[in-house]
Amino acid sequence: MLKRMTRLVSGARQLDPGRLLHGGPQAPQSLAAHPDNQVPDGSPRAVSCTSEGDPARHGEQHEARHYCIPLQDLRTTFPHGLPPRFGMQVRTFNEACLMVRRPALELLRYLKNTNFAHPAVRYVLYGEKGTGKTLSLCHVIHFCAKQDWLILHIPDAHLWVKNCRDLLQSTYNKQRFDQPVEASSWLKNFKTANERFLSQIKVQEKYVWNKRESTEKGRPLGEVVEQGLTRVRNATDAVGIVLKELKSQSRLGAFRLLVAVDGVNALWGRTTLKREDKSPVAPEELALVHSVRKMVRNDWHGGAIVLTLSQTGSLFKPRKAYLPQELLGKEGFDALDPFIPILVSNYSPKEFESCIQYYLENSWLQHEKAHTEEGKKELLFLSNANPGQLERLCAYL
Amino acid sequence: MAAPCVFCGAAASYRLFLGGRVSLSRKQGVWKAAAAELQTGTGFQILRLRHTTGVTTKKNIAALRHEAYTVDFIKKQIEEFNIGKRHLANMMGEDPETFTQEDIDRAIAYLFPSGLFEKQARPIMKHPEQIFPKQRAIQWGEDGRPFHFLFYTGKQSYYSLMHEAYGKLLEAEKHQNQLQAKGLFSEKTKTKDLIGSRWLIKEELEEMLVEKLSDQDYAQFIRLLERLLTLHCGAKEEFVQRFRRSITVQSKKQLIEALQYDEQGTAFSTSEGKRKSAKAEAVVYEHGSGKININGIDYLLYFPVTQDREQLMFPFHFLDRLGKHDATCTVSGGGRSSQAGAIRLALARALCSFITEEEVEWMRQAGLLTADPRVRERKKPGQEGARRKFTWKKR
Repeated sequence: MLKRMTRLVSGARQLDPGRLLHGGPQAPQSLAAHPDNQVPDGSPRAVSCTSEGDPARHGEQHEARHYCIPLQDLRTTFPHGLPPRFGMQVRTFNEACLMVRRPALELLRYLKNTNFAHPAVRYVLYGEKGTGKTLSLCHVIHFCAKQDWLILHIPDAHLWVKNCRDLLQSTYNKQRFDQPVEASSWLKNFKTANERFLSQIKVQEKYVWNKRESTEKGRPLGEVVEQGLTRVRNATDAVGIVLKELKSQSRLGAFRLLVAVDGVNALWGRTTLKREDKSPVAPEELALVHSVRKMVRNDWHGGAIVLTLSQTGSLFKPRKAYLPQELLGKEGFDALDPFIPILVSNYSPKEFESCIQYYLENSWLQHEKAHTEEGKKELLFLSNANPGQLERLCAYL
Repeated sequence: MAAPCVFCGAAASYRLFLGGRVSLSRKQGVWKAAAAELQTGTGFQILRLRHTTGVTTKKNIAALRHEAYTVDFIKKQIEEFNIGKRHLANMMGEDPETFTQEDIDRAIAYLFPSGLFEKQARPIMKHPEQIFPKQRAIQWGEDGRPFHFLFYTGKQSYYSLMHEAYGKLLEAEKHQNQLQAKGLFSEKTKTKDLIGSRWLIKEELEEMLVEKLSDQDYAQFIRLLERLLTLHCGAKEEFVQRFRRSITVQSKKQLIEALQYDEQGTAFSTSEGKRKSAKAEAVVYEHGSGKININGIDYLLYFPVTQDREQLMFPFHFLDRLGKHDATCTVSGGGRSSQAGAIRLALARALCSFITEEEVEWMRQAGLLTADPRVRERKKPGQEGARRKFTWKKR
């Protein structure tokens, strides 16, 4: 062991500030490939980052590179917030950098080539825990936001089927339950994300809220949202109305609709909510879930549906389940049946290298062995190239 | 030593007796010689009684101590042992002439099977020299004079050994001076004799000399022997070798599994490992990319805790072969951490087939090849757990 340690120590002494060693030989190649790079020669950031900020222009050559999302875009595109760990990273580094990966590139290609006359295609991102499904979804959402689509983003459907304090009996349909808190928070975020569409889209029916309030036909959708926000009791119904309107109007072609649901297996699983008499509530008895299920059906056209499966927040599902069949169950699988599955897997060696480079450039890895090849091999072994595990490991270094 | 006292006492009483006799005869010349004799006789006896009470008891204790194993007794035991050995050989149907101690042990284990766990509690039949502790024979003759000239130092064998060693040292120096004078002196290195052997420890030397030593005595003796070694002289080798014991090199006992080859021609090696109650078997392939499958599941999913994965990483990282081998393992029993430890041991043992002997020795010294002997301690009655006692209540 002593001999090994001396070997390691002598290795460390020979290395210069390791970044230049790694960044140097690779930088000129990247510059030759991308004339739009404004990064000067020899800078290590050229290896793991690209300055191409528009997802529309991302292609094969950008694979395994990080690209930055400007912080003001973050607030409009992701009002619900990003996944918590990624949000912490954004706050630490003061920049939001997403890696461009193959599944996301595939999805973007499909979306660019969608035929809006056909019914909406469903894409399901699935994979092991921690492989990057949610962040790929965020990449796609950013692309659609840049392309000026209307984004219907449900950050985590699991939050709607568990830990709900107040369940009200729905005013619209006696059998179902309302969730005012969740509905109103979602409406608020929806408003922030799609500000400009709310005044353009007009409601096509008259909706009566209660004896005193109603929304006339032809009023902008923004009023429905306002109503839901002010009268919290009607928030769930407001959500239902919004979804129905968007679905019916998307075929008119005024806008393109992207439905993005993370953790869609929550819609068809079980809930942990109980009625007053302690009997369990099935998901279809929740009004929010019911409306989203209708949304996810591909009986409309003029947009796309991107879904993600997630075991992390799921209820009553084993830890190792990741296939659509296992997580959705028979009912869910049949409901989603013609869908395009996209597997999100662990990092490839190139992506892994790029991720480590990114951390090194941001001075996130402070351990002296992090620069060395041996250190990288250790990290590779311990995390098995799983992005989530790697991120958790590097947090300590 | 009680023995000298007896004679001192006797001598004193003898002198007193003489003195008494003379004075009495001077004082009472009227009495008859018989009466004087009687008086002095009683006086002598009284004197004797007074002086020898303590001495007799001491002599008894000394006698008991020495008479436990007298030389005759030991000789008788040896004869009985030899006869018994021949009987035993006849019983087992073997040749009495060539019946060794190992044969005796085997025969006794066969004839008296014992289920006792403590090996030293089982029946044994060994030569009396190994059973009875070594005793000092009486060091003085009938006249009370000790045999050895260093007897009165108290540690006669030790000092005689030092004397002998120093004598040899002086001879060696003289020899060396003669050689130097003649110009035939040549430097020879003798260090290779010392590798693989060690000096006697203090307990072993005490056993050899049948005498108690102090730490300083022992240190002095070893220093003298080392000084003797520095003077290169071949004649002293046997003398010094008496005080060295060889140490077996541990790593030679390491079992290295053979490599096997599968259909494609890739070499692989299999081995097992255990920890607490977990048993693991690992198959390590020579060429690979660092993937490990456990019970058909990827190691990242099987061990979500980083600590367990670090345990798996240890053998590969130590040998600097992190991405070079593939492994498939099966494990059962135990908990999360003991399964990881069992797989680690199995991987390390399997890797022995792919590396040099030196690296095997390094692994052994790092503790990768040793099975962890710790097991769960049993719960004892009257206590809540293995060590925890019940809450102590004063009343």
